[in-house]
Amino acid sequence: MATEHANSAEHGLTPSGYIEHHLSFNAHPVSEGAGFWTLHVDTFVMSVALGLIVMGLIWLVARKATAGVPSKGQAFVELIFNFVDDQVKNIFHGNRHSFIAPTALTVFLWVFAMNSMDFLPVDWVASIVAFFGGEHAKWRAVPTSDINTTFALALSVWILMIFFSVKVKGLGGFVHELFCAPFGSKIWVWPANFLFNLIEYVSKPLSHSLRLFGNMYAGEVIFLLLGLWAATGVSGTIFGAILGAGWSIFHILIVALQAFIFMMLTVVYLAMAHESH
Amino acid sequence: MNINFTLIAQAIAFAVLIWFTVKFVWPPLLSAIETRQKEIADGLAAASEGRNALEVAAKKSEITLNEAKQKASEIIGQAEKRGSQIVEDAKGVAKAEGDRIIAGAKAEIEQEINRAKEGLRSQVSSLAVAGAEKILRKEINASAHSDMLAKLAAEL
Repeated sequence: MATEHANSAEHGLTPSGYIEHHLSFNAHPVSEGAGFWTLHVDTFVMSVALGLIVMGLIWLVARKATAGVPSKGQAFVELIFNFVDDQVKNIFHGNRHSFIAPTALTVFLWVFAMNSMDFLPVDWVASIVAFFGGEHAKWRAVPTSDINTTFALALSVWILMIFFSVKVKGLGGFVHELFCAPFGSKIWVWPANFLFNLIEYVSKPLSHSLRLFGNMYAGEVIFLLLGLWAATGVSGTIFGAILGAGWSIFHILIVALQAFIFMMLTVVYLAMAHESH
Repeated sequence: MNINFTLIAQAIAFAVLIWFTVKFVWPPLLSAIETRQKEIADGLAAASEGRNALEVAAKKSEITLNEAKQKASEIIGQAEKRGSQIVEDAKGVAKAEGDRIIAGAKAEIEQEINRAKEGLRSQVSSLAVAGAEKILRKEINASAHSDMLAKLAAEL
């Protein structure tokens, strides 16, 4: 928070310019046409790096996991493991260990790590990036406040959902369920059933991804708005820092809660795909 | 809110992470935890089994102890009985032996008395003869009256 005082004072940024700068992606076209073929390098680099760090750390512990007295690191990892495993056990009653539970662990830890990037002071990140990439380089540190990330996760879960639905019930069973659930198999309720399922299949990935995106995006915007206090002078900077600290502490709850909700919805959707109606 | 290629890149990253977790992270943790749970369950079962065995052993040892006590008191009773019997027997034997010794002594005393009487009798007869001899030396012929003297000696 501290450095943005210097930033805004020296370069005379307007509030809207400041916010716009911090909410712009480091976008690079990956092919001629641009448009869709653009990659948000910041989002991608941050998320992949976080994924590698988090899952790599867990892997380092898991590799040497012993059934005897666990080390402190292993005890901590097992705590997370059991937490996720218990949640999955309560929702999904199949062989959870082959896919769903590890997926839930991945989602939880990865989303948690990506959300946690909200705690990085936005202007420290901007200063570091400006040091390497010049004055107008852009970098958004929170991958989950990029709609692409949350949609990517939600759509992946959606595809898995359909995959498991077809795998468990067969293609015929899947189509049968599209038309015959939830209101029954009489032919005159088929359209209603189909419409109902269609809405459900569309709304699931939307609510799944937009919930996480909205929370993280809003959190980031509030940090930026609090950062604007620095433009009013030293006392304003201190006031803004206190408010920012308060919001950070409250944000710990949001970060953990949203990661948890995202994981739970993933498990619920995948578990529902395994159930026949 | 611009959907672009980032979505595909993120989906691929997500898939790779899931694959990594399914393949390398979850199984070792799961096996470690399940093995430990099994070990703990086995340990608890063994502990309760041991407790049962201990109870049985305690009961058995109590029974054995009681048996041993009973046997010991029996043995002591028998020994006391036998001891008193031995004392009784010894008393009887000693009494018989004493009686025998007393009887022997009495017989010997009797014998001594008789012998003394015999000696005395012979001495008295010779003394009488000597006295009579002194008195009758002159008037009585020893050879003429020896029959009468012998009769007198025998009467003594």
